[in-house]
Amino acid sequence: MTITSPFGQPFGDPLGLPLGQPDVRTPALTPVSDPVLEIRNLSVDYGYDGDPVHVLRQVSLTLERGEVLGLAGESGCGKSTLAYAATRLLPPPGLITGGEVLFTDRDGTTTDILRLNDAQLRASRWQDLAIVFQGAMNSLNPVFRVGRQIADGIRAHRPEVSQKEALERSAELLELVGISPDRLRSYPHQLSGGMRQRVMIAMALALDPQVLIMDEPTTALDVVMQRQIVEQIADLRDRLGFSVIFITHDVSLLIEIADRIAIMYAGEIVEDAAARDVYQRPRHPYSSALLHSFPPLRGPRRELTGIPGSPPDLSKLGGGCPFRDRCAFAFDACSKVNPELVFPDVPGDDPRRSVACLRHDPAAVRAVGEQPLPVPPELSAR
Amino acid sequence: MRFFLRRFMFYVITFWAAVTINFLIPRLLPGDPVSALIAKNQGRISPDATEALRALFGLDQDVSLWQQYLDYWGLILHGELGISFTYFPTPVTEVIQQALPWTIGLVGIATIISFTIGTLIGTGIGWRRGTWADSLLPISTFFSSVPYFWLALIAISLFSVTLGWFPASGSYDRSLIPTWSWEFVGSVIYYGFLPAMTIVISSIAGWILGMRNMMVTVSSEDYVTVAQAKGLSERAVMFGYAARNAVLPQVSSFALSLGFIVGGTLVMEIVFSYQGIGYFLFTAVAAKDYPLMQGIFLVITLAVLFANIVADFVYGVLDPRTRQEG
Repeated sequence: MTITSPFGQPFGDPLGLPLGQPDVRTPALTPVSDPVLEIRNLSVDYGYDGDPVHVLRQVSLTLERGEVLGLAGESGCGKSTLAYAATRLLPPPGLITGGEVLFTDRDGTTTDILRLNDAQLRASRWQDLAIVFQGAMNSLNPVFRVGRQIADGIRAHRPEVSQKEALERSAELLELVGISPDRLRSYPHQLSGGMRQRVMIAMALALDPQVLIMDEPTTALDVVMQRQIVEQIADLRDRLGFSVIFITHDVSLLIEIADRIAIMYAGEIVEDAAARDVYQRPRHPYSSALLHSFPPLRGPRRELTGIPGSPPDLSKLGGGCPFRDRCAFAFDACSKVNPELVFPDVPGDDPRRSVACLRHDPAAVRAVGEQPLPVPPELSAR
Repeated sequence: MRFFLRRFMFYVITFWAAVTINFLIPRLLPGDPVSALIAKNQGRISPDATEALRALFGLDQDVSLWQQYLDYWGLILHGELGISFTYFPTPVTEVIQQALPWTIGLVGIATIISFTIGTLIGTGIGWRRGTWADSLLPISTFFSSVPYFWLALIAISLFSVTLGWFPASGSYDRSLIPTWSWEFVGSVIYYGFLPAMTIVISSIAGWILGMRNMMVTVSSEDYVTVAQAKGLSERAVMFGYAARNAVLPQVSSFALSLGFIVGGTLVMEIVFSYQGIGYFLFTAVAAKDYPLMQGIFLVITLAVLFANIVADFVYGVLDPRTRQEG
């Protein structure tokens, strides 16, 4: 079944990876690790008082060069906080309490973004790492023309470029995202939501950044526009070779665009694996539950289950696994020890994937004197 | 173009309404200008002159209200505002011409200073909220909540009476001849300093508070975060993105306050005996001087209307969204 969009482009299946079919995307997971951005043990608290809420707890994430890394999870799990913290744009009362964000330039030099001084940070922003924000509607300054807003980012980093040259470059960028260059003279309110988001993408590409963080770039748009934008991002990635961290709560969208997917839950990464693996062979109960909460359009029928309960109150997390109260596979040890990311206890799995579940970590279970339970068949699909 | 035509029609209708109300209100006041004039001259005018005065002021004819209204319009359109009862026989236009520059000069400049400084301070405080600068807010708010006449009297007693730095009243040294000489202009500035300062001190809190709050609101807008993420300089983000949007409501209140300059300075002009338009309005009301009163009201109305037109225009320039038609 192929549905055709009003724009004549065939709709892909949001879950267009039926079992057994070869993945058409170029595999980005090269055997040799060449990370462009490494987030290590990043922790963020909200609140300055004596009782802050730990919103991100020791999050580590690696973005390989040229890769599209999807970051998925429920609302409030800390996805956006991760993006803001990694770029040091976290608004008060957010506070980065520890960790490193290592950026590796094309020439191999590595800098820790969290330890740059203000001037270095300003120089690094947009040049190395650009962001497309969630609110396409409000991301553009309403009183300046679109062209000026693209150009001022260019000129802030390249003072030798004249305004005219910067505007010419802006026109090229607009063409790159499929907007007519005469729109340079438009004000944001004269553009539709989809066009504004494209302008934001064009703006983000202005300085040819190596990393693009996209924080729910399509959430405010309808599905047709979502598809166009996502395809455009994938296309631009192929042409320009930047790496993307794509943040969304829409797992079905991620399966299409991402090379690798990291699933977040309650401020922690619970599973990190290639997109196909997450979709077909989830190892964490939460990933599995997420995948069973929306219907596949193709392939075998699956039972829709949803996830019982609601996300935990981050200010009241004790020890133990934060997902245990909603987990069908929880056992005694889950309330005693918070699982760490380990290689899944399933023979033959991709060695680069990891999961934070005690079912896969018998050593941690034994360490607290409990009896380990085997990995249930639901979490060890081949 | 349709936009400006519609605005223009709006102002024409407003003008008509203002003039009509302006015509009616003094006629609703009780009392009689001739007896007020006689009482004011304390017996120097014989009561026998009453009839003559009534004839002179045009009060002897029994003209219908409607006819008066039509005559009033005819005279206004010819720039004729009648003869003042109090400053008899000076025409109202001449009285206003004498008074208006003083008010506009003094209060206009004070308002511009207050707006500029207040908006700049508000920008700074709003941008770095939570620092020591926030303590400026309660101080300035204190001065604006003190009744103005009291603040002005304290200023006079402190700076004029006790310290003797500034004159307590008047608008220039009476021994000088009003010309465009440095000496005279200097004297005007010297006399105007204290009233201007009290106006600035009492009004600046509003500008600071308004701008600060808008800055706080706008600073959390996505486009400010985007500007930060683009690596623009702090100045560029603060002025080009945050303040540029935060100032929009300030501009409309500024234009409105320009309109109120002409009428809103009554207390200042009385306390400092400054011969501006407010001072004349006060004497006109006290003396039932209908022509002068109406003339001043008309000028105030025109000033407010003019300020509104300016606000509309400036706002259109500053905010592209308001330029949209429909």
